[in-house]
Amino acid sequence: MKNRSLMLMTIVAFGYALLYVPIISVIVYSFNDSRLVTLWGGFSLRWYVSLLSDEDLLGAALLSLRIAIVSATFATALGAIVALALHRVNRLRGRLLLYGMVTAPLVMPEIITGLSLLFLFISMADLIGWPASRGATTITIAHITFSMAYVVVIVRSRLAAMDESLEDAAMDLGGRPVAVFFDITVPMLLPALVSGWLLAFTLSLDDLVISSFVSGPGATTLPMLIFAKVRLGVTPDINAITTIIILLVAVAVATAAFVSGRRESAGLRGVR
Amino acid sequence: MNDSPPSPLVQIREVTKKFGGVTAVDRVSLDILRGELFAILGSSGCGKTTLLRLLAGFEEPTSGRILIDGADMTDVPPYERPVNLMFQSYALFPHMTVAQNVAYGLKKEHVPADRIRERVAEMLALVKLEALAGRKPEKLSGGEKQRVALARALVKRPKLLLLDEPMAALDKKLRQHTQFELANLQYQLGTTFVVVTHDQSEAMTLASRIAVMAEGRIAQVGTPGQVYEFPANRYVASFVGNINLFDGRVTAAGNGQLSVKCETLGSDELSVISGGEIAPGSTVCIAVRPEKITISRQAPEARDRNVIKGTVWDLAYFGDQSLYRVRLKSGAELQVSAQNLRRSEKMTVEWDDEVFLSWEVASTVLLQS
Repeated sequence: MKNRSLMLMTIVAFGYALLYVPIISVIVYSFNDSRLVTLWGGFSLRWYVSLLSDEDLLGAALLSLRIAIVSATFATALGAIVALALHRVNRLRGRLLLYGMVTAPLVMPEIITGLSLLFLFISMADLIGWPASRGATTITIAHITFSMAYVVVIVRSRLAAMDESLEDAAMDLGGRPVAVFFDITVPMLLPALVSGWLLAFTLSLDDLVISSFVSGPGATTLPMLIFAKVRLGVTPDINAITTIIILLVAVAVATAAFVSGRRESAGLRGVR
Repeated sequence: MNDSPPSPLVQIREVTKKFGGVTAVDRVSLDILRGELFAILGSSGCGKTTLLRLLAGFEEPTSGRILIDGADMTDVPPYERPVNLMFQSYALFPHMTVAQNVAYGLKKEHVPADRIRERVAEMLALVKLEALAGRKPEKLSGGEKQRVALARALVKRPKLLLLDEPMAALDKKLRQHTQFELANLQYQLGTTFVVVTHDQSEAMTLASRIAVMAEGRIAQVGTPGQVYEFPANRYVASFVGNINLFDGRVTAAGNGQLSVKCETLGSDELSVISGGEIAPGSTVCIAVRPEKITISRQAPEARDRNVIKGTVWDLAYFGDQSLYRVRLKSGAELQVSAQNLRRSEKMTVEWDDEVFLSWEVASTVLLQS
């Protein structure tokens, strides 16, 4: 009995080690004083300080944040609308097919998404003259298209758990459809909207492949910059940026989980 | 004084509702009177909830009209009808407090804030929930939620309050208590209530009149007494309460009575008071409620009574009453219930006893098949 639990613990520890040792080593080595990435030379914050004076890097970070915020906002709005439409219009023929098609980008290889978007932008530029050149705008549009799918899934699952008579009740009490939407539907969906936004934000911040396809001269996102730098050899300042990104993403994901978990249980209990 | 009957508050005229190929409500016409506590009773899928949603405005009839207080409401959306609905799930807004839930309807009417406060306090006092005004619905018990839902639905003083299975989510003990409270509240306010329920005892206790629905149509409308003692047809007879049914053929008619011979009863003939002209030879259905039957071991006096013989096949003792299943020679079974009026350890009728079953001719129900 005791042996068995010991074995289980070892397996679990091994699994988690596989997941987290690389990440932790990056964080640890970001505080390394040595210029060599693999050799420990004492504690230092010098790589973080050097980041602050690296204008390329700061520019790329700001661009990535801007793209992430704008694309997450649009993806959330559009994704919520799509989810509502798919949920509401139950007379819509082929609703399941449509839903499957909306969520297809979730499993689509990024290379294909990136390539097809690139073709789209090129042929659009030929046909209607827009977008004249590729850059931040095309990256943002590309990010909206793939992160929207995630928002649809999150909002739809929330809608499925929601008591539909809530909206009927509000309407019965004199709320016109628009008022009911803002009084009831939006507050009920808020946890899903928040977690959807945070997820879209993280996805956009992380994305390298699709961005690389649809980017143009002058628009370099943070992941693109890091990737370019690493090709010339890993320098310790990369560890520092990576640590900051890990922190940012972890906070976003934890917030999303907390918000949706807490509000969801409260909302569902209220419904029963 | 005005002797004319009160004008109906709700007039449902030949309303039909189809969903695709399914007819949920089939040419229903119904008048609901002002100040009435009306129940729509039926098993699930009989169309009663659709009828309720038609009244609330959530569904549009395929054909027919609905008039409320003389005004045609058929095409009026739910948010403009003088009607409120208490949902089966209560549908309390989970992100609002009890007071905010109750205030919602008034806010949408743009009632001034101080007036809203007053009315909300008034309604919460009416349902005895003043102390819980600041709570969120998730922190309420089932009974409390139901009272919040009721206060919220009544706060706008609707001309008509619809209640969808109001007791379904409550446990049995609370249910009985709440039934009386609801009936008292309705009497106090004078608002017209329409309760939809599948529970016949609930409909009987609450309502002044009941409409029994089956397969989208109204099978019978009447007071609880009429529906129970004078069922209009076989469906109502067997849906409301327990009943023994026999198919038979009229052998003789006269003196306002019919003699009916039933296959299952052998040579015995039953007498029943006939309502109208029924010619000998026509097939009818005879029904009698279990509590109308007297069970005895001695032969009873047969004047104005129907008497048949059988054997006690099964009996269930409930303390206050006993239920007997008596098997006739033909193999048919009758249910008989008897109040245990005398205090006694030993029952007068036991298993396998040969017994006489008798009931008044006047208690015999004639159903035309």
